[in-house]
Formats: sequence, structure tokens, C-alpha cells
Amino acid sequence: MTALAIRGLRKSFGGLRVTQGVDLAVAPGERRLIIGPNGAGKTTLFNLIAGDLRADSGSVALFGTEIAGLPARRRAHLGLARTYQIITLFPKDTLLRNVTLSLLGLSGLRWNPFVRLDRQHALIAQARHALGRVGLADMADRPLAETSYGERRRVEIAMALAQSPRVLLLDEPFAGLSIDERRDVAALLAEVPREITIVMIEHDMDVALEFADRISVMHFGAVVVDGTRAEVVADPRTREIYLGE
Amino acid sequence: MTARRALIGLAAVLLVALPLWVPGNYDISVGSEILIYAIFALSVDLLIGFAGLVSLGHAGLFSLAGYTLAVCLGAGFGQPAAIALALAVALAGTAVFAALSLRTTGVGFIMITLALGQIMWGLAYRWVGLTGGDNGISVSARPAPFGISLAVPSHFYEATLIVFAGAVFAYRVFVESPFGASLRGTRDQPRRMTALGYNVWMIRFSAFMVSGLLAAIAGILFVFRAEFISPPTAALTASAEPVLMAISGGSGTILGPIVGAALVELVKNVASAYISRWNMLLGGTFVVIVMFMPEGLVPGTMRLLRRRFGARPPAPVVAAGTAERKPPP
Repeated sequence: MTALAIRGLRKSFGGLRVTQGVDLAVAPGERRLIIGPNGAGKTTLFNLIAGDLRADSGSVALFGTEIAGLPARRRAHLGLARTYQIITLFPKDTLLRNVTLSLLGLSGLRWNPFVRLDRQHALIAQARHALGRVGLADMADRPLAETSYGERRRVEIAMALAQSPRVLLLDEPFAGLSIDERRDVAALLAEVPREITIVMIEHDMDVALEFADRISVMHFGAVVVDGTRAEVVADPRTREIYLGE
Repeated sequence: MTARRALIGLAAVLLVALPLWVPGNYDISVGSEILIYAIFALSVDLLIGFAGLVSLGHAGLFSLAGYTLAVCLGAGFGQPAAIALALAVALAGTAVFAALSLRTTGVGFIMITLALGQIMWGLAYRWVGLTGGDNGISVSARPAPFGISLAVPSHFYEATLIVFAGAVFAYRVFVESPFGASLRGTRDQPRRMTALGYNVWMIRFSAFMVSGLLAAIAGILFVFRAEFISPPTAALTASAEPVLMAISGGSGTILGPIVGAALVELVKNVASAYISRWNMLLGGTFVVIVMFMPEGLVPGTMRLLRRRFGARPPAPVVAAGTAERKPPP
């Protein structure tokens, strides 16, 4: 079975065809890198997979379950988690509360108006554990607004991992990070167990190439080249897209 | 923590003993009115402060409960039946308000709630057969639970205080619950909340229903206190008042809307005896608050205390950064 199977996915904004028949198949446990020039439709593809946008046509299947017609929240419950290119967190809350909200999203407890959230010790311990996984355990009670950009990126990843997703979408996880921070985040991602399939958009080839099992190159809203690292690097179309030859 | 407990205890004693330390029946009645408007302001601030949704139509819900009560009592229903019907009709009205206005957020939400509130005002004004139009409806009987006549101002005040205390307690449990955290999440990052698996629309709808319930309770108490209801109760100014109370006192806190309600009602009912242009005094007060404490009186005072004494005074009742929040425009 395929972890993520995309067939003939299309999306237009008015006359602008941003996604023009994307086909993509990601195996369970795979680390897939998606590259492509600006405007190739990479983030739109993520938005279509996660449900932030509805596709005009085509299918998206998560471990065989068709999800293209489902709202984003249902896709989260089916095991899809994502991070955003522009960090999207709760800046007024502590790191712990951020991760707690992530855990709460998949818990029936989220509808409960009668108990105190800060007394839900099991949930909070789980959130602390998730922060520990990204090396932020000792900063758990600090407000997010007082953390660095690199730390926020790790909080985002902690939130995504806390949900124990089956497929994790990472939209430029290294963007805006310093060299040291990149190394930290790369080490963190390398430790993610293979039960979690990862699809990543990234421009930083140094870190990303090492991480990826397979690479898909997008151009003008379609997947142009698809293969192992060596295949993609050797493919003349990759050179054409990136070097314009 | 102990200082905060002591302050809450002191406030509780002062509130319970209010009929003993204010001069007369009129002042006791003003006390009841402050409590009623505090419930109303909390109702509106549940949406403003915790959901990030500014409603300018809540007087429609407040008066829907009030009118239903007055009409039912006029038609000869018993007190419990009339109160139950008033709550039920107001909740049904709230569901309609919420379903229509939650199609959007921001300015769109404000405009739809405003329009819905104006429809309620129009009905109160024009549906003369039911509402008496401009003349309004008089209600002659206050309830007498356990044989205690609430016609006595101090009795009515204490009964209102019991309802108020229950509402504040429930409100506090609500905003500190997992659902309250979900609601604040939809205020700050609705898109992220959806991606995390939350049903943002349903969370907002549920909060609107709770808000409508509080507005209805306030509306019912209002009619029993005034023994009268007329179209101005449903007017736009009546919807704007709790919004001003919440924002001036401190939106997103529990004490804030209560303090805001006390401020407005005191100026309206007490200062107006000495100053004929009390509206100007109220306006001036709002300007001063906005200039020096844009986050509202309660969080603003906390901030000044913190700066003055260095040490952290008791955190506002709702923590997690709401105090730093800028009030909505």
C-alpha cells in the first residue's frame, strides 16, 4: 500500500493553473523531497494534500483512504500533520500550551468545558515529552514570543510529531535557520521513526539531499522528474529547470 | 495566591453585605443593575475576548429573552414556565444569529450581528400586537422563590447576586477548560487549529450559544428588575454598551467586563444625579482609558502595579497572555 497516492490533481486560481495534473506516490516510511523553482506549485500541492485548499479534480489517498473531499480537520484525524513555510504558532502561549493544543486537537477532551485544562496531567506530560523529543523540555514554560526562530521551528515539529501522524508534510523546515540550527533540525528529523512517512519541500540542498530517499522535481504545476537522488541529479531536465540551459 | 484569595473574599463580603452599606433602596437597585450588566458584558466578551468575534447585536438576544418573558407572563404563564420559555426562545434565536453571522469573521461578522440586532429592535418597535410597540410591556410580578418575595429590593439584589456568582463561576470553569483553550486557539490561529484537527466553526458556534445563554439570563433579570421592557432595550446603543464595558474593563479577562459594567452603570445612575452631561463624562472616561490603558482597566492596573512593585502581582484570572492582548478596534 502507498502512504500517499496522488493522481491527476488539479487546481486553478481563476485563469492561473497552479497545479496541472500532479501524480505522486510515496511509500510508507519513505523520506520524499520535493524541489522546484519558485512558483512551481509546491506549497499549493501541500495545501491541497492537507486540505487548506480544495482540489478542482484529482484524487489524494492516505494509506488507501480517499481524502481529497474531506475537510482539513478530518485529514488531521486520519493521520496527516504539517508544518508551515511561515511559522504558524500561538505566540501568546507557552511552548507547553502550544504542544498541548496540538495533542488536544486529536483528543475527545477538546470539547470538554467542565474540567480545567491545566489539571489534565496525562495530556500535559505527553506534551512535555514531545518537547523533550526536540530538545526544548527545559523551555516548556516560556512564552513562545520569547523564543528564537530556530526554537519555534522545533516547536512546530514537536507539535506535528506529538500527533503521531502517519504522514508528515514539512514545508521548508530549514528556511530562515542558521547553519547550527539547520544541523539541529536535520538531526531531529533523522531521528523520526520510519513509521512516519515524511514529505518535505526544501531549497537547502546540502541538508535536504542527504535526508531524502527519493526526490520529485516540480515545474509549472506538475512533477517533471521523479526518482532516487542520483537519478534526479543526473536527469537533464533537472539541469534545464535549475540552470535554464 | 493568598493575597488574591483574600481580595476575592473581601469583594464577596462587600457584595453580599451591599444592602447594609449603601444608603437606600435606589442604590441597592443600582447594585442589581450592575450585576445584571456584568453578566451581559461577560456574555459579549466571551465572543470578543476569547473568540475574537465582536458582536454588535447582543441586545437583540438580551431583549428577545426579556420580551418573551414579559409576553409569557402577560399571557398568564407561571414564573418558572415563563423563564424556561424565555431561555428556550433566546437560545433558538442565538442559534439563528450564530448560524448566519459565523459565515464570516471580522468586520463582516460585526455587520451581520448589527443587522440581526436591528431586526430584533424593528420587531420590538413595529410588532405592536405582541410587544406593545413604543409603549413596551409592563411586568407586575417578580418571582417569589421559597416564599421570599423578590419585590423587596434587597431580596432581589441577593437573588441577582446568587445568579451572578453562579454565572461567574461557570464562566471561569468554561474559559479554563480544554474547550476554552480550543476557543482561544481559534481566535489566534484558526487555520492552524483546523490543521490540528479542530472544527473551528463548531467551536465558535458552541461559544456563541453559551454567550447567548448568558445574554438571555441577563435579559430575564433585567425585566424582573425594571418590571418593564420597551424597544430601546433592543437598540444598537444597547448592543454597543456591553462591548464598551468589556473593552474598557479589559477584554479577555473575567474581572474586566465586571469592572467595566460597574463603571458605566455608576456613571449612568449615580454620577448623572450630579452632572447633567453624564454622557460626556462617560465618553471622557473612555477616552482616558483608551489613552492610558488601551488593554482595559483591569489588565492596565495590573501592568502599573507590576511596574510599581516589581514583583508579579496575582495574575489576571485568565492567564496565558490574554492580558498583553491589544483590545480589538
